[in-house]
Order: sequence, then C-alpha cells, then structure tokens
Amino acid sequence: MIPAPFEYFAPATIDEALGLLREHSDAKVLAGGQSLMPALRLRLAAPDTIVDLAKIDELRGVRDDGDVLVIGAMTPHSVVQSSPVVNEHARLISLATATVGDPQIRHRGTFGGSLAHADPAADLPAVAVALDASFVIAGPDGRRTVSAADFFQGVFSTALGEDELLVEVRVPKYTGWGAHYEKFNRVAQAWSIVSVAAAVRLDGDSIAEARVALGNMGSTPVRATAVEQALVGGPATADAVREAAARAADGTSPVTDLNGDADYRRHLATVLTRRAVLAAAGTA
Amino acid sequence: MTTTEDRPATEIGNPRLRKEDARLITGRTRWTDNIVLPGMQHIAMVRSPFAHARITSIDTEAARAATGVVAVITGADIADEQGALPNAWAVVSDQQAPVHPSMAVDHVAFAGEIVAMVIARTAAEANDAAELVDVDYEELAPALELRAAARDEVIAHPDLGTNVSAVWAYDSAESGTGGDVEAAIAAARNGGIVIEKEIRQQRLIPAFMEPRAIVVDPTTEQMTVWSSTQVPHFVRIFIALVLGIPESKIRVIAPDVGGGFGGKLQFTPEEVLTVIAARRTGKPCKYCETRSESLMAAHHGRDQWQQVTLAATADGTVTGLKVELTVDMGAYLGLVTSAIPLLGAFMYNGIYKFPSYHLGITNVFTNKTWTDAYRGAGRPEATYAIERVMDELAARVGVDPLEIRERNWIKHEEFPFSTVSGLQYDSGNYEAATAKARELFGYDDLRKEQAERRESGDPVQLGIGISTYTEMCGLAPSRWLGSMGYVGGGWEHAAVRMLPTGKVEVVTGTSPHGQGHETAWSQLVADRLGVAFEDVEVLHGDTQVAVRGLDTYGSRSLAVGGMAVLAAADKVIEKAKPIAAQLLEANTDDLDFSAGRYGVRGTDAGMTLAELAFAVFQGHKLDGSAEGCLDADATLDPDDFSFPHGTHLCAVEVDTETGETKIRSYVSVDDVGVVVNPLIVEGQVHGGLAQGIAQALYEEAVHDDSGTLITGSFDQYLLPGAPDLPRFETARTETPATTNQLGVKGVGEAGTIASTPAVVNAIVDALRPLGVTDVVMPCTPYRVWKAIQEGAQS
Ligand SMILES: Cc1cc2nc3c(=O)[nH]c(=O)nc-3n(C[C@H](O)[C@H](O)[C@H](O)COP(=O)(O)OP(=O)(O)OC[C@H]3O[C@@H](n4cnc5c(N)ncnc54)[C@H](O)[C@@H]3O)c2cc1C
Repeated sequence: MIPAPFEYFAPATIDEALGLLREHSDAKVLAGGQSLMPALRLRLAAPDTIVDLAKIDELRGVRDDGDVLVIGAMTPHSVVQSSPVVNEHARLISLATATVGDPQIRHRGTFGGSLAHADPAADLPAVAVALDASFVIAGPDGRRTVSAADFFQGVFSTALGEDELLVEVRVPKYTGWGAHYEKFNRVAQAWSIVSVAAAVRLDGDSIAEARVALGNMGSTPVRATAVEQALVGGPATADAVREAAARAADGTSPVTDLNGDADYRRHLATVLTRRAVLAAAGTA
Repeated sequence: MTTTEDRPATEIGNPRLRKEDARLITGRTRWTDNIVLPGMQHIAMVRSPFAHARITSIDTEAARAATGVVAVITGADIADEQGALPNAWAVVSDQQAPVHPSMAVDHVAFAGEIVAMVIARTAAEANDAAELVDVDYEELAPALELRAAARDEVIAHPDLGTNVSAVWAYDSAESGTGGDVEAAIAAARNGGIVIEKEIRQQRLIPAFMEPRAIVVDPTTEQMTVWSSTQVPHFVRIFIALVLGIPESKIRVIAPDVGGGFGGKLQFTPEEVLTVIAARRTGKPCKYCETRSESLMAAHHGRDQWQQVTLAATADGTVTGLKVELTVDMGAYLGLVTSAIPLLGAFMYNGIYKFPSYHLGITNVFTNKTWTDAYRGAGRPEATYAIERVMDELAARVGVDPLEIRERNWIKHEEFPFSTVSGLQYDSGNYEAATAKARELFGYDDLRKEQAERRESGDPVQLGIGISTYTEMCGLAPSRWLGSMGYVGGGWEHAAVRMLPTGKVEVVTGTSPHGQGHETAWSQLVADRLGVAFEDVEVLHGDTQVAVRGLDTYGSRSLAVGGMAVLAAADKVIEKAKPIAAQLLEANTDDLDFSAGRYGVRGTDAGMTLAELAFAVFQGHKLDGSAEGCLDADATLDPDDFSFPHGTHLCAVEVDTETGETKIRSYVSVDDVGVVVNPLIVEGQVHGGLAQGIAQALYEEAVHDDSGTLITGSFDQYLLPGAPDLPRFETARTETPATTNQLGVKGVGEAGTIASTPAVVNAIVDALRPLGVTDVVMPCTPYRVWKAIQEGAQS
C-alpha cells in the first residue's frame, strides 16, 4: 500500500535532526525503516513529517571505548553481527542479532531502530537489559544517559521523548563470558514467542556471574534476577541450572495470543532459560 | 491411435530447464502491475471493516473533492449495472444462495467486502481519497463459528432466512456401488472396531505470490482486460454475462501470472468493478490489490468440520466409512465454492477397497470471506480424513500403520477397479510405490530408533507418518461435470501452426501461472513433429490468440490440454501427408513420417515438415487437391479422470518440552504416470509438499469474535520459508494412465494432498505413548505441548 503523504527531510547532523524534530510537532524518525515503513504503508502511522537519519554519519559504527563498546544507533544489524569487537566483548549481541529477521532485514534494519521501536517480541531489547547497556539520548537540552532497565517502558514505548534521538548505546565489556541467545519461534523469519538472553562468567566449574533476561514475557524485557541469584556461586551442572531456571517466569505476566497462552509462555521461559544458561556456560 | 512406443522419445522425459523462467524470475515481463497505458487511472477500494452490518449512509463528498479524484462510486450508484457474481456449480437443484454483488449496496456480509471505489489519476491519490469516504454502518451480529452457523443460531444473510446452502449425499447402498454403511457400523460395534473422529480442516489462504491485479482498456475495439487470473476464458464469458457486454467486444489477457493455487480460479468483484470504472470514465483503469486486501478478500480455502466413522473387523479390515461434512462457504458462493466438498466426495475411500460408504455434505454460510478452490480442492480434506483414521485403526489393532494399509488397499492385479464411491480407477501400483518409499526412507531403522528413544525417555521423540494417497486429476469429462450440476464443460483446445520458416506455433487453451506449459508443451510438440525444442513457441492466456480454452486448475493441463496439443500436432502430420505425396510425386501409402520428415519408403526421397511448410507458404506447386495449410486445431474431451497415487513418509522430531516439531526427513514416491519433464514434476512436488506441510504446521486464517481477520498479514499468517522445510527426497514409480494417449496423470496437487496427513500422522505417532491421539491443525508448538499435557492427564 501507499503511505499517506508526508514531508521528508534527510539532515546530515544530529543537531539538524533535533532542530527538525523541534520544528515539526508530528514528526517521526526514520532509521532502517523495517518497522516504520510497514506501519506507514498500512497507514497505521501517518506522521506529517519524516526525518530520515540515513545521512547522519556520526550515528553509525561500532567503537571500542576502554571499558565499554559504543554502538551507534544507525549501525545496521549486519554490521553489528559481523563486528569482531562486538563478538569479542559482547558476544550475546552478535548471537541475538544473527537471529533478527533475514539477511535483507539485517542489512536495512538498525541496532538503534530496533531498540527505539521497543517491540516486546524483538530480540535486542532483552539483550540490552541482560548486558546492562546504557542509552545515550540527545534532545533539545543536550544529552542524557538512561539505563536499559529504565529505557523500556511499555509496548512500543521508551524513555525517548518526541523531540529526542537515540544516539548510541554503551555496552560494558563482557570479555571471556559465555553467551547464548535462545529464540523460540515458529518459522525462521518470525518474531520470538519467548526468547532468553544469557551470559555467564565461570570461575573454575562454578558460575561467578550471570546475566539473564527474557524477551516477550511482558510489555518490556524482564531481567530474571531470581535465576541469576540462584545461579551465582553454584555449579554449571544440568541439575543446578535446571533448579535455577525453574524461577525464570517468577513475577512475569506474558500475553496470550495465537502462539500460546501465558502458562505456556511461562513454561517455555523455564525450559529456554535452562537451555540458554547451559549453552552459555558451555562456551565460557 | 499412435502410442508412445513406436516413436523415438527424445523430449518426453527430458529434464529441461524451463524456457519461461528467466523472464519470470527476473520480473522483466508483463506482470499486470507492469502494464502502463496512456491516460490510465487508478482505483482504490473502500472495504467494510465489519463482518456483518447494514450500510446506513455513505458520504463521498470529501473524497470527490480530493486532489486527482475522477469519480467515487458506491454500490447504490451501480446497483442496476453491476449484476450478480456467478456460481457455476449448483450442487443441488434447491441450492440456497444470497445475491452476490461485486459492491455491497446496503448489506455487508464479511470484513473486506467492497463498499465503494475511488478512481483517481494516481494510485496514491486514489488511496488518499479512499480514506475520506465516510461510511456509516449499523453492526449486525455475525455468524462466525461454522457449526453454530449450521444450526442457524445467527443468520449470515437475514434475507435468506437460513445459513444452509445445500445438503448433498452419496450413499453406496443407494447408488449400487456397495453396501449399507449403517449396517457395517452396527456390525463393527459388535466385536469389531469403530473409530469415530471429529476433524477440523482449518481455513487457509491461497497466498499466491503476485496479488491480484487488473487493467482494463475500454478504448480498443474489443475492450481489453488484463487480469492476474488462472481463467481468462471464464473471465471473458462472465464479463459478458454479468455486465451485458457482447462477448465479441471483450478480449481478456492473463499475462504472466504469479501463482494462483486455485485462488485465481475465480471471477472477482474487482474484475467487474474495474470494467465498470473503465466503461464509465472511458479511460483505462488499473486496480492492484495490496497484500492486506488479498489476504482478507481474495477467496479462502478448506474450512470444514469432518465427522468420520470408520468400521472395521477386529483384524483391521475396513468394512465401511461414513463421513458427515459441514463446510464453510463464507459469505457468498463464488465460481465453484459449493462444489469444493463434492470434488473430494469420491476420494474418501482413498486407495482402499472397503464395501460400504456414505458421505453427507452440508454447505453453510458464515460472515467470513467466501471460500473456493485451493490447491487440491476437496481432495486434501478427503485424503487427510482417511489417512488419519487409518493410522488410528492401526493403533487400535496394534499393527504397523503400513501393514493396516496393505491389508486394505487395492492390489496391483485388481485394476481397473470400481470403487465404493463409484469411480473407476484405471491403474495403479500401491505396492511398488510403498516398497520404494519404505526403502528410501530407511523405515525399519527409523522404527528401531523410535523404539530406543521411547525406551530412554528422550525428551525429543521420533514419529513416523504415512500417507498413501490417490487423487482424481484431469478435470474433467464434460458429461461427468454436467451430471454433477456444473454449467461448463471439461474439454480443452489447442492449435498447432507450421510457420513458413519451419518454426512452430502452439496455441493452448490452458493458462499457466507457474506450471511451465511453454516448456512442457514444446517438448510434446518437438517430439511429435520431429522439430527442435527451440523451434516451438507456445502461446496462451489471450482470448484473441487462444480463442478456445478452459484454462488451468484441477491438475488438468497436461492430461487434458496437453493431449489436445498432441491431437492438433497429429492433425498437422495428417494434413501434410497428401501435400508431401503430391510434391514428392509418390503415393500416400508409400509415405512414412518419422523424425519430422515424410520419406518415400524404400528411397532417399523425402521432405521435412519445414520444407513442406515453406512449399505451402509459396503455394507454387500445389495442385489444389489438398488444403494448402499446415495448421490444425483440436478439441479434446477426456474419457475419464486420471488417478495419480503415491506413498509419502515423514519423520518428525517432537520436542516434548516445548511442543516444537521438526521434520527430520521426508520421502515422497509419486506415481504420476508418464513424465514429460521430470524437473517440472519435481518442482510441482516440492511446492506441493511445502503447501501441504504448511497446512499441517503453520497456516490458519483466524478471525476474532467480531469477524475481523487476525491473521491479516504475513506476520500472523505464517508461511514457511526454505529454512523451515527439510530436504525433500522425491522419487517416482511409473504406472501409465490408460485414460489418455500418453499415459500421463497429473502432478499439480499431489504434494499438497499427500503431505498434510503424513506430517500430522508423524506427530501423533511420536506422542502416542504419551497419551496423545490427535493434534488440531496447524500443529503449533503450543497445541502440541497442550496435547501432551492433556495426554498425561488422561
Ligand atoms: C519481516 C521482518 C522480520 C523481522 N524480524 C525481526 C526479528 O526476528 N527480531 C527482531 O528483533 N526484529 C525483527 N524485525 C524488525 C527489525 O529488527 C527492525 O530493524 C527494527 O524493528 C527497527 O529498526 P529500523 O532501523 O528498521 O527502524 P525503523 O523502522 O526506521 O524505526 C522504528 C521505530 O524506531 C524509531 N527510531 C528509529 N531510530 C531512532 C533513533 N535513533 N532515535 C529515536 N527513534 C528512533 C522510529 O521513529 C520508529 O518509530 C523484523 C522486521 C521485518 C520487516
């Protein structure tokens, strides 16, 4: 279908983009367009103005910045997926990104766009929450940084204001950690029914640190803190992990839809968490 | 009649790459949406968001005033002009049906029904203005759940007073083709086995790759209609009948068409309305549906409840089958909506030879998108029912499901065989196909592995699914169609023309939309006329070129249309004979035709068809005793159906923790008779398997409580992609059909028909020790998991 008419701008700098967002009250930011374009074409969204970020070079690329990795909002999934520094220091991101859509979508869709879109079934939000990433947001009053836990606020809803831009995401380094992303979906290209992002650091045979987050188990990604606490200090054995993973769905209220009801999702969360943690430990 | 054995078969059986693929795959061709005409206007449809409502008012003022808008048309504007869409197959003489308007006038009966159209200079302007059309509806209670609708709890068309369209039955005792099924069931209840099963055939969406598109040019002497359709010849006749335009003033072209699967075996509201738009404005008009419109408003398929009762002796010999179908027509009857269950009615007995059979059909209206043909049309439903039930019988008897089939199937030496449903199966060899499948599959090893996994309590269980199917192809002998209530015939037409330069033009009345007729028909003619494959050009899909034809559906094209092509080629050879005799100064009795050349027996003298074609073109040396023309037409009505069959074996791994099913291996052995092009056959099988597996695992059109299609995009209506399907191992046996001169059958629907029960049987087989005896399609992980939970409780 054909989108409703809109005015189109393609600024070259972040400041210019912010200026446009200030001037046009009904504006939408366009990144890779993999979520926004379908919404426009179905006329589910019909903004007056589109501000395309494609020409803003400062939003692109992956940088190593000492203790953290910095991923520009406009970095396409395909670049993130093949980045050696991401693979070395935040392998969970590489693994999850590889499951997003298909190669065409990964070449157009962006890291920041996916996070800003905040679809509960998307893959990267849970990863960002698991890894305690921080989100750098630029707005009329300058820049601010928001933790992943605070960034995601609801279904398609984030800490971003209407006149703000997500500029980059800062991810602490998890060098040497094992990681696994367990995505459960019906066909290869579909969104997840439930997903689990897990990273663990081993100390000998036992788990020294663990990060586990669940996707699509609520309106925002859920950090499985009960699982993390149960894992830390324990052995990375099947039994110990199974016991810890049994708590994965504690306190969650997932949706019921064609793919399953809340009970099924809670059950899946425990199974997938067990598998994700064991697999992560196996690669540590 | 000549047979294949006495001719060098160089092209028949040759796995040629398809000559049409380069243009189809690159898209550098005439898809309807690629057609641009001077002054062409664009149409956007306004569709009802409600499943059932009265239209109380339509305000078109704002839309009319919008930029670029030429006209806005409502149902009231064209109430007298639009006529009613046809149903070409009344299954009973008192069939009930509502008037089927192309555009609703005051009552809408499904979400997606057209209530207005906007004609504008550009597609964008048409879309923008369509949003400004303000329709007021008074919502009515929708009839949605099929079985409740059958009880007339809520009426889909209040004016009709009932939802029941037709009640039809076949009974072997009444028809003299077998005994009384009630007696068989009663006997089986007494010491035998009775299996009763309620099966849901979910609603599917054909989901062809190219959405439907229409361009109408009213400025030519014959109004030209391009449509992405399977049936250009039907479209021409129905435009004439519905809109009162003389047929001679209409030309319909199906340019390259991107798939159909039965979904484009239709005469559509959109076709009628685009013609009306062009006629009213006097300018070319184009309508291209969006994918959302296509999923919502192009006809759907399947959607039945099947109540199946199978009677057998204690050792598993089937004694009778009784089936009661409740079939969802949706909101209206399309071209052959009412007859879809009928096309399966003669297939519930499958490959088996039990003595009694009863089938009852109740066709029911609901407030959902109308249904009609979808790949297999009635036969997948039938095959699924019998093949699922045969597995249950095997479980009850406690023997291998392959063995239970063997006990009941028609043996090789018993052909031709008159079935309990009144058909005559001409040929078949179920033993051979099954033996081959069994070997390729490694059946015994897989059974061993299954036992081990059961033993060890592996969370991933292995299941083996079997489907031994047959189907009726080659729609259809005209007299049969007539006897069943169809208004049309089932013949096919072809022309073969020798051009002066020795090239050959073949015109076919079939209308390929992905099947590769250009290649296969070239092979047929190259062989028959002894010309090079490259020298044959196949033309189709344009009523000015292929003047007679009944198009493509029901696996009919080769078995009917291809045989018409051969008949025309044979006529060319016959017509060339007296001319050759004259030019070679020989007696016709001394001429032999071989490898494209008439030779005088016992001499080196002879002329090729190409030489004869040029001599005919010049006419210099013809004495007028024979017609100076090497063109011939042929119309052919098939003697009977053909009956492809085969054995499909599927191994699945079911993750009992998550309910996920993975197909581990899939073997199909199909007997489609003589094969013209093995590569095309393979392609048809692959595509068919994908679609049949998708019914088992992925696809379902789901509506919410208000009748809105929830699965209105590919986000929700799941189609498998290459990563989701296993590597298919396909093989064939070859038992020639005796119902046509080449011994071919049909392969367009086989994969779809066979694969669905193979997959579901495999899932149930994997989980039977866990107390699972059925899973409702599509077998989503959620449903499989729930079946396991319920099995554990029972
Ligand atoms: C067929 C298909 C399958 C898919 N499968 C998956 C999948 O399996 N898993 C998955 O996670 N995703 C999937 N996606 C979505 C994909 O990951 C997209 O990349 C993502 O949803 C959006 O990123 P984008 O760059 O395309 O953003 P856009 O679509 O351009 O924008 C999305 C939203 O974010 C806003 N936005 C974008 N960038 C910024 C910014 N820098 N600052 C502020 N706001 C911003 C936009 O205004 C818009 O509201 C799929 C998409 C498609 C089409």
